[in-house]
Amino acid sequence: MIEARHLHKRFGAVTAVEDVSLTARDGRITGLLGPNGAGKSTTLRMLYTVLQTDSGDAFIDGISAAASSLEARRRMGVLPHGAGIYPHLTARENIHYFGELHGLARGECAERAAQMIELLEMADFADRQAKGFSQGQRLKTALARALVHGPQNILLDEPTNGLDVMAVRTLRTLLLKLKATGRCILFSSHVMQEVSAVCDEVVVIASGKVVACGTPDELRARAGSTDLEEAFVHFLDPAGQA
Amino acid sequence: MRFVFIVLRKEVRENLRDRRSLVSALLFGTLLTPLLVTLLVNLTVRHSQDQDNKSVTLAVVHGERAPNLLADLRQYRIDTIAANLDDAAARAAVRLQHYRVVLAIPDNYARQMSQGLPAPVLLYSDSSDGAAGSDVARVRALLGHYASNIARLRLMVRGVDPTVLSAIAMQDIDVATPTSRSVLILGTLTVVILMTMLMGGLPIALDATAGERERGSLEPLLTVPVRREQLIYGKILAACVFMLISLSLSVCSMALALRHVGLDRIGMNQNMSLITVLELIASCAALAPLGAALMTIVAAFTRSYREAQNYVGLIIALPTFPLIFASILGLQPTVWLMMVPALSQHFMVTGLLRAEPVSALYATLSVSVSLLLGALAAFAAGRLYHREKLLG
Repeated sequence: MIEARHLHKRFGAVTAVEDVSLTARDGRITGLLGPNGAGKSTTLRMLYTVLQTDSGDAFIDGISAAASSLEARRRMGVLPHGAGIYPHLTARENIHYFGELHGLARGECAERAAQMIELLEMADFADRQAKGFSQGQRLKTALARALVHGPQNILLDEPTNGLDVMAVRTLRTLLLKLKATGRCILFSSHVMQEVSAVCDEVVVIASGKVVACGTPDELRARAGSTDLEEAFVHFLDPAGQA
Repeated sequence: MRFVFIVLRKEVRENLRDRRSLVSALLFGTLLTPLLVTLLVNLTVRHSQDQDNKSVTLAVVHGERAPNLLADLRQYRIDTIAANLDDAAARAAVRLQHYRVVLAIPDNYARQMSQGLPAPVLLYSDSSDGAAGSDVARVRALLGHYASNIARLRLMVRGVDPTVLSAIAMQDIDVATPTSRSVLILGTLTVVILMTMLMGGLPIALDATAGERERGSLEPLLTVPVRREQLIYGKILAACVFMLISLSLSVCSMALALRHVGLDRIGMNQNMSLITVLELIASCAALAPLGAALMTIVAAFTRSYREAQNYVGLIIALPTFPLIFASILGLQPTVWLMMVPALSQHFMVTGLLRAEPVSALYATLSVSVSLLLGALAAFAAGRLYHREKLLG
């Protein structure tokens, strides 16, 4: 479970995130939805402890990200925005490296990497160097790398950016599988369809603030609209000027 | 410590597969060092031999007044050419460098000589013309030599033993010559060895920092439950590994080239043994951590791989500065100077190549201070990687 409590973050004069609180529960997929520059990435970065909060704290399975960031990181699998992989290592070595860095023993690492390769159907390119990989192959490698230690909480920042339909579908299937095993999944997106397709819970964020949250049905009801996209626009621009 | 080694192993493996940067980093030193050695040694040796064998051109005014003197000078490879100049013209000719040395024989020369009195000659030269210095010295020495020969003959004619003139029998033994000739070579060699070493670690130091950020693999790396310092130490160590490979290759190829070229000609250690090679590698290797850590620090401040490349180039040039000072000021090793990185390595390399005993204190100082500074720089780099701006 991931809980953010009153997160604040400024970069110089710009307030990127202002008083963001949210909860992502186990066994559910939570979507962080908002336009570009709304503060989604900054919020996620604070959750996965790459950025420090100015005030507020995040709790990963009840562990404070600020006070014990290493322990918190151990419980998270993270796919940052535009995550790159090492071009001169094979997909398997990329995965293996992160397994080792997560403290897995070498034998366990190899076993877990093999499992991930099977789960994500990567067998045909697993032992090739990553430099010629397609976008979809790179995403699979980065995902496998993020999940190699079997984390309870999974954070993905705009994971579907630049992916074709088939790759998006693979990702969606994987997220649903992980959800079925009781994992807590939090991912950000600016694409409505994506969020409505898989999310149990949606947090709408704009200009660094949470403007709405609830299940897709609740959001539709609250905005008085049958269409989630309409509801999204409604929350971003309540005065209806758009 | 375990994570440092995991990072180290991965970086080494990845960079061994990157053929292009590997080849450019390692071949540079392996090929360049021996080429440079051969070229420099040959140039130096030829230059000094030329100095001894070169004939000197001497303009002589009224040479017909002193035929014996001129014949004597010609024996010692002085090319005399007749010139018709008065005093003012002779001065101007030397000042304008038409001639480097002008010898004028006054009209009373022959009369004085025949009467056994001091015979006057005028020697025009310009002491501010550095290139003419050795020519003038040779002419002057030969004139003195001729004069003392005449004096000896006169004494013998008068029945006096000419040895009464030689109160002191001086033998001039110049021990400095061969080594001083090699100072330039030794300095250049140290620079090349140190630069080659740093070059070897350059691609990996950049790739592990600026490159990793540019590829977008830095952020995922920072999400693993490992302290950032440990990640950085691993990367710095990996750069050190490549520096050591590059250093070993360049020292070995230098040793082979020096053996081939003939070390005795330039007054260097003729016994270029395996132990000397190992000592050379060990004394330079102490500088590797400092270089690698500085590169990592610089890369942390830059925005892109390209920008990092530009600045890191400066670090490669850094070791040359103390060496330039050392050669200009003619510095000799002292306790304090042995604490200056690059400079102390220069003294160590020079000492080893000349087969001079290197004091244990100096060696310890050189190695330990360089390593200590390297550790401090690595620590600073580790601190820097906590900056949030790092993610770009």
